[in-house]
Amino acid sequence: MFKTFRQHISRSPYQSIAAVLVVSLSLFLICVFFLLGAGSKVVLQYFESRPQLIAYLKDEAKPQEVELIRARIEATGKTKSVTYVSKEEALELYKQLFKDKPLLLEMVTAKVLPASLEISPYNLSSVQELATMLKEEPLVEDLDFEEDVVLSLSKFVSSLRTIGLVIAVFLLFIAILTVLVVLGMKISQRKEEIEILKLLGASPWYIRSPLYLEGIFYGLVAAIVSWGLSYLAILYSTPYLVDFFSGIPLFPIQVVFMLEVLAGLLGLGAVIGFLGSFLAVQRSARTVR
Amino acid sequence: MIVFEKVTKKFGQITALEDVSFEIDKGEFVFLTGPSGAGKTTVVKLLLGEYLPSSGEIKVNEKEIHKVPPRKLHLWRRKLGVVFQDYKLFSDRTVEENVTLPLQIQKVPAKEISSRVGKTLALVGLSERARLFPAQLAGGELQRASLARAIITAPEVLLADEPTGNLDPRTSLEMVNLLKEINDKGTTILMATHNQEIVDSCKNRVIELEKGKIVRDEKEGKYCKCKDKEKPKEE
Repeated sequence: MFKTFRQHISRSPYQSIAAVLVVSLSLFLICVFFLLGAGSKVVLQYFESRPQLIAYLKDEAKPQEVELIRARIEATGKTKSVTYVSKEEALELYKQLFKDKPLLLEMVTAKVLPASLEISPYNLSSVQELATMLKEEPLVEDLDFEEDVVLSLSKFVSSLRTIGLVIAVFLLFIAILTVLVVLGMKISQRKEEIEILKLLGASPWYIRSPLYLEGIFYGLVAAIVSWGLSYLAILYSTPYLVDFFSGIPLFPIQVVFMLEVLAGLLGLGAVIGFLGSFLAVQRSARTVR
Repeated sequence: MIVFEKVTKKFGQITALEDVSFEIDKGEFVFLTGPSGAGKTTVVKLLLGEYLPSSGEIKVNEKEIHKVPPRKLHLWRRKLGVVFQDYKLFSDRTVEENVTLPLQIQKVPAKEISSRVGKTLALVGLSERARLFPAQLAGGELQRASLARAIITAPEVLLADEPTGNLDPRTSLEMVNLLKEINDKGTTILMATHNQEIVDSCKNRVIELEKGKIVRDEKEGKYCKCKDKEKPKEE
């Protein structure tokens, strides 16, 4: 089986190379969309993990009253966490934030900073509702929320996933079709040879298995090529992107993650190759049966 | 051993065989003669399972060949050896690799393959040509390679469809002598031919077909029934 498979490839290497290149291109683009989707998800998670709603409290707000506000907010069942940040804690945060700028620290004391409630809702769509509720609280001085940024990012990620999925399906179709056409041509070229094998008592599996193997081989080689290209592109662009996404735990991309991507691509490549060869065999059923 | 019982094969409106019945015993060497289009190749292809009869029965060792399902047809073909007029050798494989192929298909262990290939090539006189490719061989050598491939599995039945069609008279005779040698070892042979010299020299059983019908079945027959019958042209 392996010998026949090697002969098949060596007899028409240009057809094989063409098939591998087209499948590589498809897998590369699928990989790029996947990496963009995965990257966007990390960015979104980063923004989602930060409190989306901060309610600054008036100085006269007493701890019992703050607790009542917190209880009312939590009673909605829409909050993941509600954290009270006292004036002293606010000062600590301020100091950390501007530790490199001593001039800004000199004039600030805990007294001038407001205490606050930092609220993370389960769902971004709840931000507006919670904000309306908090605005009606007499002890809330001001509200700060990043609803627009996170919502826009969420919509972008969702759109990217949908568009990526549609393009991926289209690319998969092209890849399968390429394997089907190339192997179909090879079957047609070897029609006489297959006829002789059948007359010599070769089983259908003996005739088909080198074809399945060839299709899977194309898919696996294409997976390795596309993965290599993707990794090279990431390694090349990492120095530029690290600054752009500073603070977000995105770069450098973990080797383990890339190995998982490789495993996924190998699986996808094998499925493409097998499906393409299976369809080619079905199409030429009379010849190969 | 081989039984054709009222076998008819039609291709649309054309009748290739009509009510053909004959029996061939184990160890017989039978010539199937007749002009081109008489139905000789159809008989061979029916035995190979390439065609199904339109009506009638084909039995080999009591097994109804026409009822073998397509997925099991390869198992039946492994019991046959076939020699073709155009050799049907793989041009990108050496003589040895071509001859080895049926054994590889049947997953015979490598050690056994090696010894059987050696013996078979010696039998057909191609031991020294084992490493050559078909393009490097003469017509007679090609047909001997084809014969070696057909007999390497020690088949019960050997079908030869015009094996001497592309050979000169002397090489044809050598080929038939080889077939006789194989027949002497117990292999049943059915050879479709219109080579008069060979048929006449062998004095074997002759089944003559004409327009899809059996017109003669003689134990020790000659190519033509009558002396005054026109001598057939070689194809």
